[in-house]
Amino acid sequence: MTVSAPVVSDIASGSRRLWALRERSLGWLEELLPTLAAILISLLLFGVFVALAGQSPLAVYAEMYRGAFGTWFSIQNSLLRAAPLMLTGLCTALPARLGMIIIGGEGALVVGGLAAGAVTIPLHGAPPAVVIPAMMLASMLAGGLWIGAAGALKILRGVNETISSLLLAYIGIALFNHLVEGPLRDPASLNKPSTPDIGEANMLGNLPGMDVHWGLAFGVVMCLVCHLLMEHSVFGFAARMVGGNPRAARLSGLGVPRLVILTCCIAGAAAGLAGMVEVAAIHGKANASLLAGYGYAGILVAFLANHSALGILPVAVLLGGISASGGLLQRTFGLPDAAVNVLQGILFVVLLGSQTYRGRVKLRRSPR
Amino acid sequence: MMTHLHPVALTTSPCPSLPSAPVRRRTTLGRLVQGTLLAVAVLSGCKQTEKAPETTTTAAAATPAAAKPSDSLTVGFVYVGSRADYGYNQAHAEGAKAVAAMPGVKVREEENVPETVAVQKTMESMINLDGAKLIFPTSFGYFDPHILTLAAKYPDVTFLHCGGMYTEGKHPKNVGSYFGYIDEAEYVAGTAAGLTTKTNKLGFIAAKPIPQVLRNINAYTLGARSVNPAVTVSVIFTGDWSLPVKEAEAANSLVDSGVDVLTSHVDSPKVIVETAEGRKIFSTGYHASQAALAPKGYLTGAEWNWEKIYTAYVTKVKTGQPWDHLVRGGLKEGYVKLSPYGEAVSPDARKKADEAKAGLEAGTLVIFKGPLKDNAGKEILAAGVSRGQTDIELEKMDYLVEGVKGSLK
Repeated sequence: MTVSAPVVSDIASGSRRLWALRERSLGWLEELLPTLAAILISLLLFGVFVALAGQSPLAVYAEMYRGAFGTWFSIQNSLLRAAPLMLTGLCTALPARLGMIIIGGEGALVVGGLAAGAVTIPLHGAPPAVVIPAMMLASMLAGGLWIGAAGALKILRGVNETISSLLLAYIGIALFNHLVEGPLRDPASLNKPSTPDIGEANMLGNLPGMDVHWGLAFGVVMCLVCHLLMEHSVFGFAARMVGGNPRAARLSGLGVPRLVILTCCIAGAAAGLAGMVEVAAIHGKANASLLAGYGYAGILVAFLANHSALGILPVAVLLGGISASGGLLQRTFGLPDAAVNVLQGILFVVLLGSQTYRGRVKLRRSPR
Repeated sequence: MMTHLHPVALTTSPCPSLPSAPVRRRTTLGRLVQGTLLAVAVLSGCKQTEKAPETTTTAAAATPAAAKPSDSLTVGFVYVGSRADYGYNQAHAEGAKAVAAMPGVKVREEENVPETVAVQKTMESMINLDGAKLIFPTSFGYFDPHILTLAAKYPDVTFLHCGGMYTEGKHPKNVGSYFGYIDEAEYVAGTAAGLTTKTNKLGFIAAKPIPQVLRNINAYTLGARSVNPAVTVSVIFTGDWSLPVKEAEAANSLVDSGVDVLTSHVDSPKVIVETAEGRKIFSTGYHASQAALAPKGYLTGAEWNWEKIYTAYVTKVKTGQPWDHLVRGGLKEGYVKLSPYGEAVSPDARKKADEAKAGLEAGTLVIFKGPLKDNAGKEILAAGVSRGQTDIELEKMDYLVEGVKGSLK
């Protein structure tokens, strides 16, 4: 293929190292090519939709670029929107490596946010150095328990984790609403029931030099840590083996139940942390604004990233950018808000379709 | 498009910061970017050469257009839902339309903006990219923390919020808040409903048992019972502002229980009014007019009249006059209004409803006055006590009045 052309000259030098490099980059490219093609096809299809809506696709793309990455403000806007998606993306991506489809990240996020808000009530007056770690811990614990429960139900009772995690999300949201509107309600929050304010001192604030809160750092660090865990550790190797063939994994003496439940707990902890970020970086209290669908968007992120913790980072930024540009499309072109959803929907379907080509695109000569 | 999105997506990928073998990684990544660009070039063919210059010119042309000419004012409107929802957001969008018709005013609108950091970014985007100097963030939940955060950051931009949350001395000077006493319109709609019902059973589908909603339910009930003491109002809380499926279920179950007039306090009463019409019963509307959805059964409705508040505010901000930080009013001020009576409202009912309206406008009729009992028989207001619209106690309402079938527990 044409793509390998610039690399061919490298091989001519005869260096073994370059050969390995070529193999490696081509391997990467083989992995990425279906994804890239899918994004391109989605954009073409979206262009047709835009043209049908009476707008010039090129002008719309240009405006989308301006709204998503065209200015420093736009880039920060995209990164800010990407931050929760990184964490909720992990909630689906990690268990997927063990062959489980978890779609209840919204529940973990909500109970995580609730726990973060609730834990500040008994800690009233404590220094931020105590309160902030307590919020993080509480949210991760709550989120971890929530998705861990789906894992445990799977292991102990054979309950389908997709359904149980979704149902647990409904339970989480109901519990959240009950507590926020009832026992944990700040009496001063009349028309918007909320937990008591966590206090200005306990807010996370922005990253230095940026208009983006610390949630972005949490997201990036969690993705990197989970990448190392899943790809470069014995735990990750064992987990992926379970995903490949649970029976073989069990036969080779791996503690499958432990791996499944632990991975689910880590996944839920990530989504729970996203809830804490919403509370501690944005709202300052837990209320219905937490139910913004980040948990469900995380499913999309994980699938687009092919369940790679590292892949989540660019995908989250891409989706953050799409959502950041959505407002500008509405305001400049009068396109309905749904236009951005149409793009995301096309992207999702085409990408899932493109996954069937993964491994069938060959750039390297297959070893014989 | 691809050439723009991709390098960005890739360069933000954290690969280079990975601890292991940084040099080799970076080379691989560089190769990868190169390969990607090439692959894109191959796949998109010659189209790409056309795209690139187009992109730059459009972006460059858009920037100066966003700059604000000194004699014009760019006003941003932010909605939490669809601006064609036959409800809360449409009511605001109708106000925005009136503003857009004013000379020297440019309106930029954005809908379906959740009450998250997204609304902060929408407002900032309106300020930075559209040059907006006045913003109407119309959802109640936008106020704290979103408007407060941005108002501190952009002191030369005016933020006017719907909800009446402004507190002097506590909130920034460039923030205002307005609200309407829509319970007055609910009271009048209640009288029309009370005189139209044949079963004496009215149904009220509400989102959440918060003071603002309870005040509407109670006013509607008091209005209906003022002309027909046999009336009861059955309440169903759905739990959230926009749950069309639950709203339809609630509507059907109320009709099944004998209710023959339905009303609601949810973001969009569309489904409820349509269900009522489909089941051949009556309905009264909320937020905006739903008359078009139910030509036979729509009696009247409690509507906002944001046009009045918005055009007044915009004129003041544009001409540099001082404006009020807190604006509230009801029928008298024209901030709320009633949908024109439907064909099902009898002349007698119209007369009674008009009388109630005139009384509220003149201030001779007070909705919440003693003796008033809640629906468990507990006395709320003793005889002789009356709470006018500005009474702060009404903002803490936590009861359902006698005649309401339902519970807050």
